[in-house]
Amino acid sequence: MEFALSEDQRMFRNMFRDFAAKEIAPRAEEIDHEETLPQDILRKAANQGFLGATLPEKYFGAELDGVSYAMLIEALAGACVSVALTVATHVSLVAMSILEHGTDAQKDEWLEAMAAGEVIGAFALTEPEAGSDGQAIATRATPDGDDVLLNGVKVWVGNGEIAGLFLVFAKGPEGIDAYLVPRDAPGLTVGYREPTLGLRSMFFNTVYLEDCQVPSANRLGGAGEGWTVAQKALDRFAIAVAAAGLGVAADAVDVAAQFATERVQFGVPIAKKQAIQNYIAEAHIEVEALRYLVYRTAWLADQGRDFSAEASVVKAFGARVARNVTNRMVQVMGGYGFMEDYPMARKYRDARMLGLVGGPTELHYVRVAQHIFAERDLEITP
Amino acid sequence: MDFTFSPEHQALRRMIREFAENEVAPLAAEIDREHRVPIETMRKLGEIGLLGVCFPQEYGGMGAGETGYCILMEELGRICTSTATNVGAHIGIGAMAIYLDGNEEQKRKYLTPLARGEKIAAFGLTEANAGSDAANIRTRAVREGDSWILDGGKVFITNGGYADIVTVLAVTDPALGPRGGITAFIVETQWEGFKVAREEDKMGIRGTSTAELVFEELRVPHENVLGKVGEGFVTFMKALDMGRLTLGAACLGGAQAALEWAIRWAKTRNQFGVALAHKQSVQWMIANMATEIEALRSLVYRVAWLVDTGRPFSQLAAMCKMYGSEVASRAIDMALQIHGGLGVTRDFPIERAFRDARIAEIFEGTNEIQRIVIAANIFRQHGVRIRP
Repeated sequence: MEFALSEDQRMFRNMFRDFAAKEIAPRAEEIDHEETLPQDILRKAANQGFLGATLPEKYFGAELDGVSYAMLIEALAGACVSVALTVATHVSLVAMSILEHGTDAQKDEWLEAMAAGEVIGAFALTEPEAGSDGQAIATRATPDGDDVLLNGVKVWVGNGEIAGLFLVFAKGPEGIDAYLVPRDAPGLTVGYREPTLGLRSMFFNTVYLEDCQVPSANRLGGAGEGWTVAQKALDRFAIAVAAAGLGVAADAVDVAAQFATERVQFGVPIAKKQAIQNYIAEAHIEVEALRYLVYRTAWLADQGRDFSAEASVVKAFGARVARNVTNRMVQVMGGYGFMEDYPMARKYRDARMLGLVGGPTELHYVRVAQHIFAERDLEITP
Repeated sequence: MDFTFSPEHQALRRMIREFAENEVAPLAAEIDREHRVPIETMRKLGEIGLLGVCFPQEYGGMGAGETGYCILMEELGRICTSTATNVGAHIGIGAMAIYLDGNEEQKRKYLTPLARGEKIAAFGLTEANAGSDAANIRTRAVREGDSWILDGGKVFITNGGYADIVTVLAVTDPALGPRGGITAFIVETQWEGFKVAREEDKMGIRGTSTAELVFEELRVPHENVLGKVGEGFVTFMKALDMGRLTLGAACLGGAQAALEWAIRWAKTRNQFGVALAHKQSVQWMIANMATEIEALRSLVYRVAWLVDTGRPFSQLAAMCKMYGSEVASRAIDMALQIHGGLGVTRDFPIERAFRDARIAEIFEGTNEIQRIVIAANIFRQHGVRIRP
């Protein structure tokens, strides 16, 4: 076993951290408060190659390996989880789905523009009546000559407001299909933006599809293969969400540990109190456990085998660690942890979202259990 | 043993619930969004006597005891944490210090208008370098003839931005420290030298005012010394004991609301062809929430009974605050999880409850301080003296 990062990975990690510290961290509080993601941040990320992070060089991607990509998301999330998951939605959910399932024409049409940040990807699966139960979607794809008409309502569409391309899932004649729907497709309307607890610089929108017309050639993958496309995308995204959890948790420990050395009560820095030491130590242990689980799962995903069970493991654990660690670090900071002009309250709000974004923890538990019991020839339904 | 509420307390609960649902609930989302204290609610609560719920009738109170006060806090906590917080800061610690240790004159002059809601109180203890270490305050009071001159400041003062009366703790003899050197004062905020320096921008309880107060040569007449000179720390700690119990009661209400939302949603929301209620993951959450809430309810009203019957309760009040805040946080977290996306959108009250709940583990003595209080009490009975 080799646990050391390669020379390249170390170099990338430093570059990611520099970028996050310089370009994102100083603005994180402001963009959270204003609930916006200024275009120049994404432009700068694109200039660094982050928006095509794992795409091949052929499409002007950075062709990062999985571990390096996880470290990118980790570093971005340390500064701002919204930015990290905006990038992860774009890369893991949309661009990589096109790379994996797309025709040459589809790849040529979209990937270069996505790597350059000219087109941002959005993922449109969830519906009002289909949350955890994604296969229960009611959106229809009806063939109409060389085109297809999409009808339905999607909610919680990540990146909706800023997207140029929507990966839309709909029921066609042979099952669930995936479609690449440009923003200017007739009949597509980006609507209500969710006012969220955390991830306030990310955009989650309702998207209306009313006789939305796209060429049949925009179907991504074969007829009826949409659910596979969605599952694989969500598996990739699960690792990215866990990496974001790692980033926000690790940074929370940093911030709180620094606070504990400076805050004096009862005549000593509170770091000298065992209760505070326990909070910090437990948090650090969880962060380290998560770190190697994230990197290992990211490495595994590069090996070309199915990693869906491992993706659920790391997602559930990552969300839990992020939530528990930020919760304890709020406590370390006392009243200052509750104030919005200190970073911990935002980290805590953001971290809580990770137990829902990309599927609730309970759904990932079902998937882990399915995997365990499948080895014992017992089928589990959610 | 009798675990039933008296008919009077049952009637009081019905009246409060009706008020909370009609007058408090419609404002809960708005005051959070607009970061605004609902002063109109405080006035209405005062008009119907609820801001004097636990004080004797001779001071404009309702005389419903600590049990009645816990009922008020539970019912308000069920509807709006901000409103419960405003009321708790006003009655539970602000006015309470005057009720506990004020003289007859002070009670007539200050407690009566506070009980009627004509004036609003705040409790001025915390300073920038005296949070958990409350005895480390630096605000100074120096005797000058018939007056005391106060210099210094307070931070994180609930109701601080709009209160009429603030009870302020200040050092009167630095050599003596908390044992004899700290005195409580009743300060009118209209007096010269009193300034609200800053309002905090908080994650939750955004319908409350959390202010930084500055005192510059603030002249306080000697008659406004609360209790005896040098004994202010004890007065403040006694008020905090009462506040801890009723904060536990407010948390009980918050947890109860979360359980009610979770049950309602688990019944209505269908996924995988069945209502969420049929999923064991959800059943476990509901069962755990309900069990903890029942344990908390028993604890809160048992301690209220201890107070009302004049028995010692300090250690149990610390448990109420600590356990109550953690039960509420856990219950609201689970309710949020059961609601999925609906749990994290500001269009639905759980998101607000999640932000509001977190402060209860921190303010009015962090839960770490409560654990120290509890452990110190226990070890004292076993001959061991604990220092924080």
